[in-house]
Amino acid sequence: MTYNILTSDLALLAPELILAVGAMVLLMVGVFFKDEEKAAKLVGPLGVLLLVAGLLAAAYLVPQGRATAFGGAFVFDPLALFSKIAIFASAAFALVLAIPYLKAEKLAKFEYAVLIVLSTVGMGMMVSANDLISMYMGVELQSLALYVLAAFNRDSLRASEAGLKYFVLGALSSGMLLYGASLVYGFTGSTGFTEIAAASQEPSVGLIFGLVFVICGLAFKISAAPFHMWTPDVYEGAPTPVTAFFATAPKMAAIVLLARILYEPFGAAVDQWIQVIAIIAVLSMAVGAFGALTQQNIKRLMAYSSIGNMGYALVAVAAASETGMWALLAFFVLYMISVIGAFAIILAMRTAEGMVEQVEDLAGLAQSRPGLAWAMTGVMFSIGGLPFMVGFFGKLFVFYAALQAGLLWLVIIAAIMSVVAAAYYLRVVKVIWFNEPTVKFVSPSFSTGTIANVAGLATVVLVPVAAVIFVWARSSATGLL
Amino acid sequence: MTEIVQSLPLLSAIAFLPAVVAVFLIGLKFVMRGEDGAALEKNAKGVALFATLATFALSVLLIAGFDASNPGFQFVEEIEWFSAFGMGYRMGVDGISILFILLTTFLMPICILASWRIEKRVVDYMIAFLILETMMIGVFCALDLILFYIFFEGGLIPMFLIIGVWGGANRVYAAFKFFLYTLLGSVLMLVAMIAMFLQAGSTDVTVLMETAFARDVQLWMWLAFFASFAVKMPMWPVHTWLPDAHVEAPTAGSVILAGVLLKLGGYGFLRFSIPMFPEATAYFTPLVFTLSVIAIVYTSLVAFRQTDIKKLIAYSSVAHMGFVTMGMFAMTTIGVQGSIFQMLSHGIISGALFLCVGVIYDRMHTREIAFYGGLVHRMPVYAAVFALFALANVGLPGTSGFVGEIMTMIGTFQVSTLAAGGAAIGVILSAVYMLTVYRNVVFGEMTNPKLEAITDMSRREWLIFTPLIIGTLVLGFFSTLITDVTAASVDQLISNYQAALAAAQP
Repeated sequence: MTYNILTSDLALLAPELILAVGAMVLLMVGVFFKDEEKAAKLVGPLGVLLLVAGLLAAAYLVPQGRATAFGGAFVFDPLALFSKIAIFASAAFALVLAIPYLKAEKLAKFEYAVLIVLSTVGMGMMVSANDLISMYMGVELQSLALYVLAAFNRDSLRASEAGLKYFVLGALSSGMLLYGASLVYGFTGSTGFTEIAAASQEPSVGLIFGLVFVICGLAFKISAAPFHMWTPDVYEGAPTPVTAFFATAPKMAAIVLLARILYEPFGAAVDQWIQVIAIIAVLSMAVGAFGALTQQNIKRLMAYSSIGNMGYALVAVAAASETGMWALLAFFVLYMISVIGAFAIILAMRTAEGMVEQVEDLAGLAQSRPGLAWAMTGVMFSIGGLPFMVGFFGKLFVFYAALQAGLLWLVIIAAIMSVVAAAYYLRVVKVIWFNEPTVKFVSPSFSTGTIANVAGLATVVLVPVAAVIFVWARSSATGLL
Repeated sequence: MTEIVQSLPLLSAIAFLPAVVAVFLIGLKFVMRGEDGAALEKNAKGVALFATLATFALSVLLIAGFDASNPGFQFVEEIEWFSAFGMGYRMGVDGISILFILLTTFLMPICILASWRIEKRVVDYMIAFLILETMMIGVFCALDLILFYIFFEGGLIPMFLIIGVWGGANRVYAAFKFFLYTLLGSVLMLVAMIAMFLQAGSTDVTVLMETAFARDVQLWMWLAFFASFAVKMPMWPVHTWLPDAHVEAPTAGSVILAGVLLKLGGYGFLRFSIPMFPEATAYFTPLVFTLSVIAIVYTSLVAFRQTDIKKLIAYSSVAHMGFVTMGMFAMTTIGVQGSIFQMLSHGIISGALFLCVGVIYDRMHTREIAFYGGLVHRMPVYAAVFALFALANVGLPGTSGFVGEIMTMIGTFQVSTLAAGGAAIGVILSAVYMLTVYRNVVFGEMTNPKLEAITDMSRREWLIFTPLIIGTLVLGFFSTLITDVTAASVDQLISNYQAALAAAQP
């Protein structure tokens, strides 16, 4: 009997188990090599394979439908499935992008892949969390791996600073999260989401306090304003492939976790949290839009762009409906596709002397490297949510969800902010197309160039078929709330 | 014959043929490098010209198969596209939109020919123009709210590049202003579109036309659409992006901007604002009349004080668009017919005027009026062509400009004497500035020694102007060519509008 329960519980955990055990194996494989570079050369691709295996496990190994494990601490439902596939895939792409970079920068250490895999395990836990304790475990596992990754280039002052800053502020946010969780536990008497949901039908003031702290803690993780201060520095200081990773998978995990907490255990307290989320959304969109206008460093620019786009994601969360949930999921997937493309292009910004990362260095790309120029144009407009690019549909349905929920004011602010934001995406396009070439880039590695071009192409080619993503997202969000 | 043509997916073919050629050129750019690349640069113009001519030929086929007596949508295509959410890829034309497609495809080969002497990044230039053509045709074909928005906004990107890469000295400023100004208007329209989407559960234009929105909802939605279309039109006081964009854009860019992009706003009013929000339209008509008359008089006066020829024509465009909005919102048959006529006629005339400026700009690289004078001594043929279009712009009987102005004024007179009277002042003022600039540039003594060696129009330039001259004169004499096509759809628009108003008033 016990044996049966254990196997059925573990089956739900299959993707995380594969990744966790795989990460340990990779560690062992790594230490058997004397030569660090050789180890990295083997472990990197193995890490990618592991992530793909995790993805396949989530899609095929785990029984579909909604089921919980370990006394309700862990849940596997269509939402978790959707998020896991998106997270594992983007983590795999981030790792593929990292391999040639690390080699060229003489940073090739096998621990990189292991850390990526471990933080991905944490993310898998986050999107499946159904209990405050499993939530915290997931968040911490993810964060600790990310702190190390931020400072992965330990000889670089900037990277060390980024890692330290991220760690200190991340620890602060974890503290808030824990404080909030303990308040919630204190006022409901349970850590399980189902029990909290039952207790929050009539939310007490203490419970609301706890909820606000939890929101603040997670807002740190998704770098929503006013908890965004670490983002530009960490994005700039961390090695570029790490930044590419930061901008995609962890953000998705944190926003899905946030949405789940708000929708499931605190679904009854919607009147209490909706204003908090709406205000955070407005602030994020404004900080993202105005902050990026004057950035010279493309990684800082992407940091502000990410803050702004988290604002849009929060607009969808604020809709507090199934529509909001699927709009959020589809928006985020489309956003991640473009962001991965953007970082692939940033990684291709390498001259004979080394990496460059100023916006101005892209000058005349349309003439020197037309392929990258078209791709960058596509992904920039797509991240900005401008038609004819596929990113437009993400924003369209986010607005749709929010209008359906009656948040007209929020949608109008979001629409106006998207015009402000368009100004800096346009600036990048302007530099690429209007200016004359100043620096010459060396050829990017095959994988980086391919990812850049495919992502750029996808922003247009996906337009006729993007409905598939939305339909899938919609079916994943059904039954929530 | 008609049935066979109607059964073809002709609209998609017309709309996407230029884009397909553009993709083909992009592909070639990657394959052909080095010496091959130079050959590609040389031949890109020919490819683009051929593509635009083929598109024009298809659109002639379209009009041949068009049944003018049917007021509804024809050549309708429907493909599943986001259908699970109530959207769809729906294309179709009626009497209002079909002529705009023809105007677009007619002007495009002329633009390509006018750009024959571009030497900077020719392939990119042609790609941008071809993609722009797809977007513009798409706007006029789209029968789905979101699809319309995508085409409407998608056109901004190639135009941004055209102004920014091949434009004049202050091109970056102009390109940003153009993009952000129009985008700001449009996002508000997008919000209203989503609201309509939510209420009707569909983005099908035909469904939305039958959806009755509550009066106060209509007012807000009308304003949101107005924010977008008024900027695009452009109406006073949101016209300030236009002179900058026009002055900095290359000649062909100005032609397309004045010839087609300015018509998107007017078309939008006819397709969305008037049929979908009839009560709001009636409510806001005085506002539109006021803004239109101010635009006509004020921008005519501004045009008179310009020292740059292109800027002068740009302001004159704003004035002429004032006639369009005025005639349209009069909601009389002749007024609406006149506004469509005026848009088409202005597309040809203002395009031709920009090309006239282009002819001397190509030779002297300046557009300062003071620089020129006495061109008639060296360029007699040019002087005659310029005279024709200057007079057509003034509204001389026998040219298409006259028909458009007189029809909009007659149509408005039945509704508001005051507005028609104000517009009449604009007719006089247009003669004042147009004839002044013509005299200063073409007549008088040739005082500037730099002009001594200027040559008359080349054969290529002849080729560019001939269709425009024919178009202006033919439409001037045989205005029924246009009104016959638009009549059925316009009548239906007006009868639906009046029925909606009657139903609203108990």
